[in-house]
Amino acid sequence: MSETADRVKKIVVEHLGVEAEKVTEDASFIDDLGADSLDIVELVMAFEEEFGVEIPDDAAEKIATVKDAIDYIDSKQ
Amino acid sequence: MFDLTGMTALVTGASGGIGSAIAKALAAQGATLALSGSNEEKLKAFAAELGGDHKTLVCNLGDPAAVDALVGQAVEALGGKLDILVNNAGITRDNLILRMKDEEWSDVIAVNLEAAFRLARAAAKPMMKARFGRIVSITSVVGVTGNPGQANYAASKAGIIGMSKSLGQELASRGITVNCVAPGFIRSAMTDALNDAQKGAILARIPAGDLGAGEDIGAAVVYLASKEAGYVTGQTLHVNGGMAMI
Repeated sequence: MSETADRVKKIVVEHLGVEAEKVTEDASFIDDLGADSLDIVELVMAFEEEFGVEIPDDAAEKIATVKDAIDYIDSKQ
Repeated sequence: MFDLTGMTALVTGASGGIGSAIAKALAAQGATLALSGSNEEKLKAFAAELGGDHKTLVCNLGDPAAVDALVGQAVEALGGKLDILVNNAGITRDNLILRMKDEEWSDVIAVNLEAAFRLARAAAKPMMKARFGRIVSITSVVGVTGNPGQANYAASKAGIIGMSKSLGQELASRGITVNCVAPGFIRSAMTDALNDAQKGAILARIPAGDLGAGEDIGAAVVYLASKEAGYVTGQTLHVNGGMAMI
């Protein structure tokens, strides 16, 4: 597992208060991890801070799963 | 009760009549303030009168870029956190609808409503992170009742109420409350200039038989800004001596 993936998963676990085992790469934030739209906004803010990247709104809207987030961040680094 | 020690607040229109009363009330409860206004001289004079470790930030609320930068400046000036935002600044450009110029409409909407939106949007971010925030906007009784000659002003103040209800619902789960205070007739340079007949006509509509004072508004803001008001959101607290019971 990549370093980005580890850090993304850690943030998701902390923010959503879910068990680490549930945070698989295929997991959907809303459908599988119980996030609401405000949680997604907060997660994006947390990713931006952790990785020093800016995630514009149109990109943020496409981030639905843990893998989407990892791929987007990797593409910007 | 209502102790604001350790809390920080940004107050717009802070050197005006009601704004300065709000600032004094928040400071008296222990909050540290970023005082914003358009007139640097007036603002500095008021900060000196207030004493304590409060900051001043000059901002033209009609300038979107300046408004977008204001919350960041306040957070920096206040040591990295913002607990309370008070959207107080407001202007009037009264005219009957048939005579109202486009600018009279758009200037009032820009300063009274759009600036409140921009500041709330910027403040929501640090407040969400902190899982605590208080956004209090000063609206007006005419935002609910309407007033001839004030279509622009009443629309802007009604807009603030609707916006606050929406934000209240969006942000409640993060410990952020969003409320309004709606003053009625408050004693000011404007009301002092009225003649006895004008004053009499106004007072006849107010069951309390007197105009309000800035302190009446300051106290309402302190309550809504306090930890104790944490279960109150999306509300408009009318402070008007009974002239409109809504």
